[in-house]
Amino acid sequence: MKNPISQLNKVFDSRVRLGIMSALLVNEDVNFNQLKELTEVTDGNLASHIKTLELNGYIKVKKGFIGRKTNTTYMATTAGEKAFRAHLDGLEKMIQNMK
Amino acid sequence: MYFKVLFMTRKTDPLNTLSDIKSMMEKSSRFLSLSGLSGIGMGIIALAAAFSANNIIKGASRFSKDGSYPSYPEYMTKSLLILAVATLIIALAVGLFFTIKKAKKLRLPLLDNTSRRMLINLFIPLLAGGIYLLKLLDIGYVELLTPSCLIFYGLALIHASKYTLGDIRYLGIIEIILGLFNLFWVSFGLWFWAIGFGLAHIMYGMILWNKYDKVD
Repeated sequence: MKNPISQLNKVFDSRVRLGIMSALLVNEDVNFNQLKELTEVTDGNLASHIKTLELNGYIKVKKGFIGRKTNTTYMATTAGEKAFRAHLDGLEKMIQNMK
Repeated sequence: MYFKVLFMTRKTDPLNTLSDIKSMMEKSSRFLSLSGLSGIGMGIIALAAAFSANNIIKGASRFSKDGSYPSYPEYMTKSLLILAVATLIIALAVGLFFTIKKAKKLRLPLLDNTSRRMLINLFIPLLAGGIYLLKLLDIGYVELLTPSCLIFYGLALIHASKYTLGDIRYLGIIEIILGLFNLFWVSFGLWFWAIGFGLAHIMYGMILWNKYDKVD
C-alpha cells in the first residue's frame, strides 16, 4: 500500500501557510492585512511564510496602489492550487485509513 | 508502522488540519456575523407593520365612498408609504444592532471584504426591486406590490447566500414561493407579506440562533 503521507506536501506543514492557501483558494485575491487578521501572526512571520510560498511558485504577488498607499495582494497560482488540492486529498486518505 | 504512528501523532492530525482549513476558508470568504436575533427582531417589526397597515386600510375604507379595491384615497397611500419607509429603517437598525453585537462576540471585523461582498450582492436585486416597486406604485398597480416585494427579496437573499451563512438561501426560496402564490391571490397581499417578512423571518431567526448562536 502506498503511504498516504507521501502525498502530503512539506510546504503546507505550517498552519500559517495552510491558512494563506485556504484563503487564496476561495478568494480571487487577498491583501496582506486580511491574511494577517486570518492567521493572527506578526507581520514578519507572515511575510516569511508568504516568501516561502512564493519561492515554491504557489502564489503570485501583485503590487498596486489605493490612492497613494501601497496595496499588495496575493493570488494562488495554478500550480499552487493543484498542490494544495493534492495535499487535501492526502489528508482525506489519512483519515480514511485511521477508521 | 511504528514510525508512521509516531510521525502522525507528533506532526499532523489530519482531522484537525482539515477542519482548520474549512474554518479559514469560510472566515475569509463568508460574512459569518449574521445573527439569528436580527431575523427574529426584523420579523416582529414586520408583523407590527403589517398590523398597522391593516388598520390604516380598514380606517380608510370606512371613509371612501364604496370602499372598493383598489380605489385608495390619497392620504392612505401617503400614510402607508411613511409606514413602509419607517419599517424599513427600524428593521435595518434592529438587524444591524444584533449583527454588530455578534461580530464583536466572534471578534470578527464588521466591515471587511466579506461583509462588503455580501452587502453588494444583497443590494443589487434589492435596489432593482425597489425602483420597480416605485414604478408599480406610480402607475397604480398596487395589487402587484406585495408579490413583487417578496419575489425580489427572495432573489436578493439567494444571491447573497453565497457570501454569508448558506441557510439564507432557503429563506429566499420560501419568500419567492410566497410571492408567486401571492400573484394568484392578490387580495391577500398583506397576509402574504406578514407571513413572508414576519413569520418566515422569526422562524428563520430561531433556526439560525439555534444553530450558530446558542453556544455558551
